Amino acid sequence: MKTLKILVVVALVIAVSAFAIDKVNVPNTDAGYSIGDTATDFKLKNIDDTMISLADYKDAKGFIVIFTCNHCPYSVAYEDRIIELDKSFKSKGYPVIAINPNNPKAYPTDSFDHMKVRAKEKEFTFPYLFDDGQKIYPQYGATKTPHVYILEKTSEGNKVRYIGAIDNNYKDASSADKKYVEDAVNALLKGEKVPLETTKAIGCSIKA
Amino acid sequence: MQKWILYIGLMILFVNCKGEQRVAAEATNVFSSKGVEIPVYDFNNFESLLDIDDGKTYIINFWATWCKPCVAELPYFELINSRYPKDKVEVILVSLDLPNHVESKLIPFVKKHRIESRVVLLDDPDANSWIPKVNENWSGSIPATIIYKGNSTNFYERSFTYNELEKELKKML
Repeated sequence: MKTLKILVVVALVIAVSAFAIDKVNVPNTDAGYSIGDTATDFKLKNIDDTMISLADYKDAKGFIVIFTCNHCPYSVAYEDRIIELDKSFKSKGYPVIAINPNNPKAYPTDSFDHMKVRAKEKEFTFPYLFDDGQKIYPQYGATKTPHVYILEKTSEGNKVRYIGAIDNNYKDASSADKKYVEDAVNALLKGEKVPLETTKAIGCSIKA
Repeated sequence: MQKWILYIGLMILFVNCKGEQRVAAEATNVFSSKGVEIPVYDFNNFESLLDIDDGKTYIINFWATWCKPCVAELPYFELINSRYPKDKVEVILVSLDLPNHVESKLIPFVKKHRIESRVVLLDDPDANSWIPKVNENWSGSIPATIIYKGNSTNFYERSFTYNELEKELKKML
């Protein structure tokens, strides 16, 4: 009887540990930058066919880097708000840099040619860059569009100060009562800590 | 207005008559056209669907008609739904389509693909408040899937093949 009991316990331990091991193997979705990390610069092609790097912006105090694209309804819902952000903050030293991370083979409407069309239609006031070869977004850890990274320029490089959503209402800008990106940039401009450093949002998975 | 009162009434009746523990999460609205009914939930009302303890295994899939990888894996969820007995496994397809696309995109999609699993719309724009309540590791990208039974829950922020999905389901059965 005692051996049976021991056997049952051993079997249970094996069963539980097998389950635990399985859980550990779940792929880590947290790859990419955390708050305080130094963000990489890049050299990506803009819709005007020039190459753009963060280093080109000598006078900038930082950047609002937004991974976005053409095909995603959530990105489209935020287009006007992205334009507004650029208009509000470019002159204050925080320009918007939009990057389309998608592989056009997965989403043909996210091709470089379609980016040019969309940028013209919406009269984008900011660079709209193509992550050719899908090399930059994994370094940032962007998983979806739109996905915002606010960078502050420091003597040690561009530091990540905010990661997440633009505001708390993708459906309706006027109903958004928490403007995460605005609040973050305003805090940085005042030399203060960003009040809410990370937020989550529904978005379209980036397709490499 | 009348329609959704009727609907909620029917739900209550259904729950009472069948004596099942099906949680009558109260929809905030119901879209109805072309013979398809899509109940709409805000997260508060939706949350009870993540916590039904009636011995069944629930597969909750977050998707949208605009999400290609979601649409690609939808047939596998449908297949699971048809292959497993209703009292053992229930598939709930949680659409994150924008509400103004329900009648133009979601309902035609459900009709065209003859979706038989339960489809609901989660309409709650303050995503930062509810995404971590679904799962703290979820970044918010879709497809995302929860498989749960009673107190055991597994969360997946990824796409599935049929075999992969069934394998994960069998862990829970």
